Order: sequence, then C-alpha cells, then structure tokens
Amino acid sequence: MNFNFTKYSIIYYIISGVLVLGAIAFIFAFGLKFGIEFTGGTIVEMEFLNQRPSNEEIQKALSEFNLGEIIIQPTADKGAILQFKGIDEETHQKIKTKLNDLSINEEKRFEFIGPSIGQELKSKTELAIVLALLAITLYIAFAFRKVSRPVSSWKYGIASLIALVHDILVPLGVFSLLGKFYNVEITIPIIAALLTILGFSVHDTIVIFDRIRENIIKKGTGLFEETVNLSLNQTIGRSISTVFTVLIVLLCLFFFGGQTLKYFALALIIGITCGAYSSIFIASPLLVNWLNWSKRRIKR
Amino acid sequence: MLKNKTNLILILIILLAFFAVNLSFPDFYNKSADYINSKTGMKIPHFWQKPYKLGLDLQGGIYLVYEADLSGIDKTSASSVMGGLRDIIEKRINYYGIQEPIVQVQEGQGNPRLIVELAGVKDPAEAIKLIGQTPFLEFRKQKTEEETKKILEKRKEVEGKKPEEIEKIADWQMALQDPYFESTNLTGKYLAKSEIGFEQNTQKSMILLQFNDEGAKLFEELTAQNVGKQLAIYIDEVLISAPRVNEKIAGGRAQITGDFTVKEAQDLVKNLNAGSLPIPIKIISQQVVGPTLGAVSLEQSLKAGIYGFLAVVLFMILIYRLPGLLASLALVIYVALVLSLFKLIPVTLTLAGIGGFILSIGMAVDANILIFARMKEEIKQGKSLSLAIQEGFKRAWPSIRDSNFNSLIVCAILFLVATSFIKGFALTLGLGILMSMFSAIFITRILLLFFIRQRMEKFKWLL
Repeated sequence: MNFNFTKYSIIYYIISGVLVLGAIAFIFAFGLKFGIEFTGGTIVEMEFLNQRPSNEEIQKALSEFNLGEIIIQPTADKGAILQFKGIDEETHQKIKTKLNDLSINEEKRFEFIGPSIGQELKSKTELAIVLALLAITLYIAFAFRKVSRPVSSWKYGIASLIALVHDILVPLGVFSLLGKFYNVEITIPIIAALLTILGFSVHDTIVIFDRIRENIIKKGTGLFEETVNLSLNQTIGRSISTVFTVLIVLLCLFFFGGQTLKYFALALIIGITCGAYSSIFIASPLLVNWLNWSKRRIKR
Repeated sequence: MLKNKTNLILILIILLAFFAVNLSFPDFYNKSADYINSKTGMKIPHFWQKPYKLGLDLQGGIYLVYEADLSGIDKTSASSVMGGLRDIIEKRINYYGIQEPIVQVQEGQGNPRLIVELAGVKDPAEAIKLIGQTPFLEFRKQKTEEETKKILEKRKEVEGKKPEEIEKIADWQMALQDPYFESTNLTGKYLAKSEIGFEQNTQKSMILLQFNDEGAKLFEELTAQNVGKQLAIYIDEVLISAPRVNEKIAGGRAQITGDFTVKEAQDLVKNLNAGSLPIPIKIISQQVVGPTLGAVSLEQSLKAGIYGFLAVVLFMILIYRLPGLLASLALVIYVALVLSLFKLIPVTLTLAGIGGFILSIGMAVDANILIFARMKEEIKQGKSLSLAIQEGFKRAWPSIRDSNFNSLIVCAILFLVATSFIKGFALTLGLGILMSMFSAIFITRILLLFFIRQRMEKFKWLL
C-alpha cells in the first residue's frame, strides 16, 4: 500500500491536540481520584450473609466512632466497601463487632494506610514516571545515533517523548472522568499500567523508527519525507497485528478477569491504543515536520 | 552439517519443553503415571511437585508496616537496633508457628520501618496482637519526696474539675505524670536472658533476669544510686513490682518477685525471652486480605488469561498459517518455561504479577509477528524459503532488541522504586519479556528451520 501518512499530519495533530486538551481540562476540573494507598485512610470490604443493610443503617451504626465522612459503596448483591479515615486496631475490632450485630458479615479485606506512607508513595510514583520518560528518551537518542542525518538522533528521542506524554495524559483524563462519575480510583495497579504503557508505546515507535533507520541507510538521507512514508507503509501491517494481539489479551482480562484487574486492563487498553496511534500519526510525522520547519528557518 | 545441528537442538528443546510443561502442570504426568502404575504394577515416581509461591493478595494474609521510634537511640547504633528489633519480631512470629513470615527493615527518610508480611494467616486480629505483644521492659527509679509531693498536690488541685477549668491551672500536665517513679535508661534492650525461678522459702514463682555486660553496668550504677529506695519494674507501662534496693548489685542479676502463678511467670519469661522490644513501635499501615477474595480473583484472572491465549493462537494461525501454528507451539513452550521459572526461583505471584505475565504473552507474540512480517517480505522479493527465514530473523532482531530493552528499562525502574505488590508485576513482566525474546528467536527459529525444508517450496501457500 502506499498511503501518504505525513501529508495529513495537521489533522492528526488536531485530533491529538483535542484529546490532550480535553484530558487536561478533565484533570483540572475533576481532579484525580486516588485510592487510599496514596491518600491514606481505611478501607473495609465485607460480604453480608443475609440482607445487606442500607447505607443509612450502616452510617447510623458507625456514628458512635466519630469516623467523619464514611463512603459506602455497595458491590454485587451482598457486598459493601466502606472507606473512612485512619483508625487503630482496637477501634477496628469494635467496628467489626458493631457491624456484625447489625447484620452478620465476613470481612474480606481491611486496609489501613497512614498518611505518611500515602504521601511517600505518591512522590515515589511521580519519580518513577519521570525517570522512565527520561530513560526512554535517552535510550532512543542513543540507539539511533548512527542515523543522525538528516534528523539528529536526539530529535527522535524528543518526538517519542511527545508521543509518550500524549499516551499518558489521555488515559489519565479518562480516569479523571471515571473517578468523578463512577468513583473509579487510581490504585497502584493503575499506576503500574501507566508505566507499562510507556514501555509499550515506545515499543511501537521504535519499530517504526528502526525501519526509517534501515531505509535511510539503504537509500540515503535525501527525500526524508518519502522515506518516512515508505517506512510507515511497510510497518503498518505489523503494527496493527501486534497491537491487535495485545488488545485481545487485554480485552479478555477486562471482560473475564477479576474485579481488581478490570481497571488495570482498561488503563492498558486505552494507553496501548493511544500508543499505537501516537507512534504512527504523531512521532513519525513530527520528525518530518520538524525537519521541514528547521529547513525553512535556515532558508530565511 | 546444519541439518544435524538443527536436529540436535530440536531434541534439546523438546526435552526442555517436556520438563517445563510437567513442572508447571504436574497433574497430567502424575495422573498418567498413576494409571500406568495401576495397570502394570510398575512404580513410576511422581514428577517433582513444587507449589507456586502465592502472594498475599492471592492466598490471603496480612501486610503490616510499623514505624520505629528511634528518639532514644543515638544514630550510630540505629541500624543494629533495627536489626535486633527485626530478629525479635521474627522469632516471636516463628514461635507461634506462622509459616514463612517475612520481616524486613526498611530504611528511608524519617524513621525506619519494619515490614511484616504474614501469608495464610486465618485470624489477623490475633496475629497483630501477638506481634505487638512483645513486652517493653523498663526499670524506673523513685522520684525524690518533694517531686512526689508536688505531683500529688497538683492532682488534688485538678481533681473533679472540668477540662476548661483544668486548662487554666498552671502546669496542669504535671498531674498526668507518675508521682512515684520516673524512667531510667535501663530497658529490655539490655536483657540477655530471663528464667523462671522459685523462691526458696515460699516456693512462689519468680522471674530471674540476667542483663548483658552493658546492662549489668547500668544496673550496678542504678542500684548504687538508689540504695534504700524502690526500683520499679514496668512491663508495657504496667507496674509489676517495686522492690527495695538493699545494696549495690553487680553482675547484672535481678529477681522479680510478685504474685505470679506458675503460668503467668512462664508466659512472662517466654515473652521476655522472645524479646523485649528495644524501642517502641507503632502501626502505620495495615492490609488484611481474606483468602476467599484472593482465590476468586485468581480464578477469574486465570480464566481470562486462558481465553486470551487461545484467542492469540487463533489469530496467529489465521493470519500467518503454518508459521503461525509453529509460533503457537513455541508460545505454549514459552508459557510453560516462564511458569517453571516462577516455580523454581521462586517468584511470589501477586494479582498484579499475574496481570503482567498475561500481558507478556501478548508481547511474546509480537516478536514472532515482527519476524514473520519480515519473512513474508523476503519471500515476496523472491528469496528462497530457508534464506527468507534467516533474513527474516536477522532483519527483525534490531527492532526486537531495542523495543524489548526499553520495556525492560521500564520494568527495572518499576522494580526499584515501587512497593512489594508492584515489584511482583515488574518481575513477572521482565522475566516474561526475557523469556519471550528467547522463545521467539531461538525456539520458533528452530521449529521453522526444522519443519520448512526445501520441498516445502511447493507448499508456499501454507505460508
């Protein structure tokens, strides 16, 4: 096939621009709903044997403990997840007894995270993301050092960086939306998913860049735009196949997997799709546009 | 010749695959062995059965983080004190028969922490009580008479008043202090051993304490300074006994007498020996996962993984036909190899870790796809089959290498920076990626070389 990808690069930039701006807007408006691993607090998940009491009944039962705001989320038909501020073990046992008096239940999960740990986790995560982005950019610049003409290798690195930032912002925007309307939290697995997206997205980008590199070595450094288009056409089949196989696995996880992995899979699905899109329609055209732009500057 | 080398490697791979598959899923082998044994009377042994190591979120358990209060310790001995704390708590847990506990010190900014992971614990409340129960032994000396008088007076002042009125009284906090005794620095940290003993005349149980060298010195000083006064012994803030000091005691031996029943004395000695905590600790994070939750999640995720796997195999065969079939075979071997690796190392499988593994199955296919796409290109250009295969592998390698290395870098960062649950994810994903490179480059290639000979040129449609 011989589709001229780079001719319509403006359209791609607009689409991505809209998506990214939308994501940023959501994040500013709704914020990011972090799980208690980051905010600190207590989470109790229980399954009632008989009738699940109503939210008001539960609130009333727990009123004597001064827990402040209690978030109650019913799950399935007999379960419930309660979230409130941090408590100690003694209070925990008292609460357990009180709830058992209300309606017999089995405590399936109990988590208490002190605020200092939550804060620490947040900063560690931010560090991890920044490090990963940096490492990837440097690695690409290094791996493509042999093809510094006509586009210098660090430009390859920057182009992939821009694509990557796009790949992270869009899923975050979606989760900001989900957090606001469906109370979906950003937990540790979701963060792991984001970091994985970084790895995968670069994966696609590298395959394309690798083809560009090979074509430059074969055909010389002239006619860069044609070379890029040729490479894109050559790799599109493989890119689609690869993304497709990973998506199949992830879709299975999303629909059939356990509750905890559901949103993990969702994050990955969105991110990997974005990653594939950004590698083909953003990173590569960026190289061409950048070159043309700097050529025009020289002419002036 | 090339053919012989190929055959040899193929046989090696078959052996490896056999071993790996049976290590991962010993049931097939064992059931067949049993069947044969019953029919023929032979005694084929069962295959090595090693269970998977399951993380907390899969088999249920507790994950606790304690923060240690090092305010009384000087910086240089901090790490040995933390080490001692760790040992004591581990001994305590082992003592009560909890299997394979993990107790680790975690240094960082601020106070160091102690991480306790107990898998498969049925009653978490009991376990937490148990860990916290290690007694904090303290010797306190008597305050001077004036101090005692002052505090007692302050108490009378404050008695019966409401909180707002109390706040107006100067130094009202003094009323909260212990009027009789104040802390010294002789604590359980210096205890070498404790034993149960019996009083000579009354045969009542008593506790014999033996301090270590440093403790003995401190004890000697303390007793010398307080002859004629009481020395109070506190365990976990409760006054146990306050004997009067008759003379300076050297040698570091002390006795605690009181109204102990034999059982009480035995328990106390056990607790003291299992370790008096050298420093106070506080829970700052607690996660308890009931076992049923884990089992359900696990089952669902495994099912999802199997569906995903089958779907991928189907896809491969549809698009790439014969090489796709061979790649699927390589994929099965890949899964078996990775699972065997998980069993052998062993890698603790958490839910996130299984997610990572399932993901890596998708990635494993990718390397194959890269190679096949190349092969197709080469064939289109008119090259012969065996040349196309070789070129395909050679040309695809730089892409595979660069992109997988990148993913590995991300895994490494995740592994270093994150906590235990994510570490598992990074580890399984990383191992999965490494094995997938091996499987695609090595196993698929051998299979292809073996099955696709010159005469298959006629059957190009299969490709």
